[in-house]
Amino acid sequence: MRAALRMAVVAAGLLVVWQAVVSITGAQPFILPGPLAVAAALAKHGGLILPHAGTTLAEILLGLCIGAALGAFSALVVAHVRPARLWLLPVLVASQAVPVFAIAPVLVLWLGYGMASKVAMAVLIIFFPVTAAFYDGLSRTDPGWLDLARSMGASRWRQLLHLRIPAALPACASGLRVATAVAPIGAIVGEWVGASAGLGYLMLHANARMQVDLMFAALIVLAAMALTLYFTVDRLLRLAVPWQADTLFQEPAKDPNAP
Amino acid sequence: MGGSAPEMEFAVDIRGASLSFGGVPLFDGLDVRLEAGLWTCLLGPSGVGKSSLLRLIAGLGGGAAGRVRAAPVAYMSQDDLLLPWASVLDNAVLGARLRGERPDFDRARILLGQVGLADSTSARPATLSGGERQRVALVRTLMEDRPVVLMDEPFGSLDAITRHAAQDLAARLLAGRTVLLVTHDPLEALRLGDRVYVMTGRPAALEALPAPDLAPPRDVRDPAVLAAQGALLARLAA
Repeated sequence: MRAALRMAVVAAGLLVVWQAVVSITGAQPFILPGPLAVAAALAKHGGLILPHAGTTLAEILLGLCIGAALGAFSALVVAHVRPARLWLLPVLVASQAVPVFAIAPVLVLWLGYGMASKVAMAVLIIFFPVTAAFYDGLSRTDPGWLDLARSMGASRWRQLLHLRIPAALPACASGLRVATAVAPIGAIVGEWVGASAGLGYLMLHANARMQVDLMFAALIVLAAMALTLYFTVDRLLRLAVPWQADTLFQEPAKDPNAP
Repeated sequence: MGGSAPEMEFAVDIRGASLSFGGVPLFDGLDVRLEAGLWTCLLGPSGVGKSSLLRLIAGLGGGAAGRVRAAPVAYMSQDDLLLPWASVLDNAVLGARLRGERPDFDRARILLGQVGLADSTSARPATLSGGERQRVALVRTLMEDRPVVLMDEPFGSLDAITRHAAQDLAARLLAGRTVLLVTHDPLEALRLGDRVYVMTGRPAALEALPAPDLAPPRDVRDPAVLAAQGALLARLAA
């Protein structure tokens, strides 16, 4: 609850700075509308923004699910199958050397103006942080655990299932957090390049028609969506990995051996 | 190690064990034999190759070579190696899980009760004290039910009082098994060992030391144990 209060204070502070910039510079409303004008636009065009927001949210969520599943799967394959490590890992790295902005037009050409091309773009952006973080976690299992598992006669597959995967979940969660934060980029870029719906599409057209207040209203909806998504995912990941305690801003833990 | 009487039964028999590190032999042509059903304690300075010898017996690699003939072993290290995401009970049955067998939860519960953790079966390891965690590790080792148990400084991270209790517990629960205990604590070796060896030199050799003529676990106040501890400390410091 205190975190929510802090968020509200930060948001209010940013709004004050925003209004101050508008008042001091005397910027024209079609260059930089003030917060009140944007709020008015949000109220006026709410019915227009909502379905577009729904489209973008669906693209982001689909991209996140498919990208996370694909990322986790490729990390498992690369970690468990030696030839895959040698042959697939360079391909995965190379896939990130091509900026998604550069191939966005091609994806729209292949997959059309609908949601598929946007989801594909989000997947491309999302899967790599998940793969990289999860693979990192999978390849750093405590050697002591692996010694123990070998002395117990565990197969490599069962070592993966019972030791490597659970041990790598905190690392995988870090990757998923990064993926969630960048997921909207893929959807929005896709909508800019060619779309018939979505917040990116709406913003592009509002901008072209000098409806800058509408553009900002759409932007704020997008930001609110992205933040809500991030904090929801973060909360879910914390629930899924409860043994990984936060130690960054914690008081020193009490020694359980102390009297 | 141990007597060379041919009728003696050995649970572990290693011939010509060798290990070199950066061209320097740590040990070379070392013969190690563990008498069945007895506790053998191995002392020696850090880096002499005690743990490598233990890994060789456990079949864990680590660079040492040699002809190994050993009954199935269970392995316990200084680090309790409990899985932080699993409950105490699930940690105790880890071996069965890792082999794809049906875990024997009833037996695990009985053993956890014997080490005084009957009420903690569903707790996460992070909520336990160091001594409790090591007791769970002991139960996990016992669940393997192997004739040979290899322990690499299993109580090294515990405070003196907790260690003393853990030694008694281990001696009771591991009675009848062949145990190789690597330790830095002379008193621990003299409390628990039927046979006590010091591993020294480069390449290392094993030297048998007389263990007090009492049944383990021995009383630390016994004059014979204390005298042997003094002699052993002097021998290790030499």
